[in-house]
Amino acid sequence: MAKNKVRKTFLEPLGKNNPVFVQILGICSTLAVTNKLQNTMVMTLGVLFTTALSSWTISLMRNHIPSRIRMMVETMVIATFVIIVDIVLKAFYPEMWKQLGPYVGLIITNCIVMGRVEAFALQNKPMLSLVDGLASGLGYAYVLLAIAFVRELLGTGSLWGYRILGSWWTNWSIMIMPPGGFFVLAILIWIIRETIMKEASHA
Amino acid sequence: MHDALLPLSVFFASIFTSNILLTNYLGTCSFLSVSKEMKTSLGLGVAVIFVMATTTPLNWLVYEYLLLPFGLEYLRFIVFIIVIAAFVQLTEMAIERYSEPLYQSLGIFLPLITVNCAILGVSLFMVIREYSFFTSFVFGLGSGIGWFVAIIAMAGIRVKLKNAKVVPALEGPGITLIIAGFMAMAFMGFSGMIAVS
Repeated sequence: MAKNKVRKTFLEPLGKNNPVFVQILGICSTLAVTNKLQNTMVMTLGVLFTTALSSWTISLMRNHIPSRIRMMVETMVIATFVIIVDIVLKAFYPEMWKQLGPYVGLIITNCIVMGRVEAFALQNKPMLSLVDGLASGLGYAYVLLAIAFVRELLGTGSLWGYRILGSWWTNWSIMIMPPGGFFVLAILIWIIRETIMKEASHA
Repeated sequence: MHDALLPLSVFFASIFTSNILLTNYLGTCSFLSVSKEMKTSLGLGVAVIFVMATTTPLNWLVYEYLLLPFGLEYLRFIVFIIVIAAFVQLTEMAIERYSEPLYQSLGIFLPLITVNCAILGVSLFMVIREYSFFTSFVFGLGSGIGWFVAIIAMAGIRVKLKNAKVVPALEGPGITLIIAGFMAMAFMGFSGMIAVS
């Protein structure tokens, strides 16, 4: 029974309850860096780390937080983890840190982190919240990595900075520019809703 | 670029060429959900202009006189978000106390603003680009207006969209994102106007 619940908590955000496709949450802070696979990887890892650990921390404290100021407490906890991500990046990967610019800080306002804490961690045990945070982060990560994959491949003909497509390929420069992000996300939502979601609603 | 002209170019750049929503994707969450209706879009848009234009210089003061002298730059995320949340809360209380009609039209949108990433984003950009106090104010104001323009345009388009036949799977966020993409392309047309820093 308990194992089942953990499994369900883990699998739902990856599939039919994916935070990006179902609720269109939290794309703001990361969509901007999806023109490069490498940057997206770092950003989504940051989000993953923040969601998992802030869910866990809030869940540990959930019986001691007065409900009136809970938003403030949650924000503080989330911001603390984001600062950790920021400092680590700045210390070990200064180049990457420069490229990501303000977007690391914007993980704080990423609706997924706050959403999971509000909706799940406040009512559940620490370990289960950790699993939920981890799964939501993963569900988020693979969607954004997929977007980055398409954008970098079509926009520059390369992946992870290495040239994949030969010289016959003409770069779709629109893909690495802002409109590309909107289009790719929309098309991805279209495909997913047309296939997976339809099956889920019929079942 | 001439220094005296910098605030002016920042102002126009933040509205058109580097629109915070259409080129940096900031504030997309509330943009997608609120742009369904013209009236709410207007309310939220005005609230965003107001909060951005006030919190950006406020955060500039805090950063310059509180964080920098003590070497606490790494705390800026926490401090900025507290300043924004506190300011929004105070404004809401003040409006509620002094002006009932204004509260009805604007006040209800204020809590939504704290979670709008664009507000925090503008403050963070201001730090990275090292703007002066006045330029920060202009940048905040311009970004707010840019966001306002984008959401109003989108709300107008979505009103028309109600009569259109859209593929079921694209309804709602899907088609909105595609339109946002076209809007971003249209705004790219401004990019020859001003050089973006």
